[in-house]
Amino acid sequence: MSLAKRIIPCLDCENGRVVKGVKFLDIRDAGDPVEVSKRYCDQGADEITFLDITASHEGRQTTIDTVRAIAGQVFIPLTVGGGIRKLQDIRDMLNAGADKVAINTSAVENPDFVREASEKFGSQCIVVAIDAKKVSQQGESDKWKIFTHGGRNPTGLDAVEWAKKMVANGAGEILLTSMDRDGTKDGFDLALNRTISEAVSVPLIASGGVGNLQHLVDGINEGKADAVLAASIFHFDEFSIPEAKKYMREKGIEVRL
Amino acid sequence: MNRVAVIDYGMGNLHSVAKAVEHVGDDLHLSVTANEKIIMAADRIIFPGVGAMRDCMGEIKRLGIDDILRRFVEDRPVLGVCVGMQALLDHSDENNGIDCIGLFDGNVEHFEDGMTDEKGAALKVPHMGWNEVNQTRQHPLWQDIADNSRFYFVHSYFVSPKNADEVVGESDYPETFTAVLAKPNIFAVQFHPEKSQTAGLQLYKNFLGWDGQG
Repeated sequence: MSLAKRIIPCLDCENGRVVKGVKFLDIRDAGDPVEVSKRYCDQGADEITFLDITASHEGRQTTIDTVRAIAGQVFIPLTVGGGIRKLQDIRDMLNAGADKVAINTSAVENPDFVREASEKFGSQCIVVAIDAKKVSQQGESDKWKIFTHGGRNPTGLDAVEWAKKMVANGAGEILLTSMDRDGTKDGFDLALNRTISEAVSVPLIASGGVGNLQHLVDGINEGKADAVLAASIFHFDEFSIPEAKKYMREKGIEVRL
Repeated sequence: MNRVAVIDYGMGNLHSVAKAVEHVGDDLHLSVTANEKIIMAADRIIFPGVGAMRDCMGEIKRLGIDDILRRFVEDRPVLGVCVGMQALLDHSDENNGIDCIGLFDGNVEHFEDGMTDEKGAALKVPHMGWNEVNQTRQHPLWQDIADNSRFYFVHSYFVSPKNADEVVGESDYPETFTAVLAKPNIFAVQFHPEKSQTAGLQLYKNFLGWDGQG
């Protein structure tokens, strides 16, 4: 008996619809977030992550309503990210039924926000989302830096040091996305995941680049991730969650079936 | 009418608990409250909790929840969830040590640093995710839940009860720890039934019909 590795489908949502950019080019509509969440839950997803990419202020209420609707139907953990800037944003999401919030840009802008949030709501509901890009050249030892705003804005922060700092500030979990791999279907950046997973005491969710089921296995075995997150392979029915779990179990990974 | 009070002392995601209970309950009157009159008029109590034990116990004592619980369990059932379970023990090592409600003899302890699994890989703390719960003895709340079903856990501390006969469920991380405690009118779980899909909903359903015995 032991703890299962988690599979987490991710819903990128804009104005109340699930969307997913394919190789940064277009946005394909992938359905109603409540229906999609319910389907993943019924299929055996271990958690759901909901990332709100709606920019407008009016959209926030839509997001809160959507989170509330999902939480009324889905009895597995629900993480909500995107636009979490104030303690009140966290409270709004938790009150709507989210179990955890993912904080990204506002952690970079104000690292103390993570400390305040974890002290107020408990580390168990504070996920720090990190978008990292490799900056070392071939032949140099690996180095990754933090970017914000979907990879457009460099911060100069070292990814490993940043992850350790966020955990010291009270992050209960790290959601690590490789900007180099996101949308490519080439697999996770395994060295990035392994380096950060081994540097922090809290669980790590690997994200960015999943294109097939072996990538999920590699993320766990070689990337040392505690959970693997994927979007497009599930949204567009390339693979189902039961198929993913069956494959992982065949490769010796403990999963919840 | 089944009157259920979910105790609200400002710690935890009570909405998740309330939604799960509403999902499985028939003819339910559910209150999320710290009001003593409403709680004492209920048929059963759910006592959740997340966060640091010092903050939890501070609020529990300030609101008199400890005293309410002690009186309530004399003749009606209580379900403790996560930190709500831990708070039912005598004492917790969290926050340099703090006295708790004391409905179970025993202590709340932290997972050790540097734990590894059988392959030598580091085990993270908090213990977060779906783990199997071994039903160490029969209990009415295990009805229609398969032995070794997985439930969703998030915790860094676990209960270490003095009386082994109060243990009704165990999990491994990597050592065996107590996941569920029971005695007359009390059932207490370290995991989150409200986040544990089918098995968790069934547990709430069983609690709604429990007479407190077993």
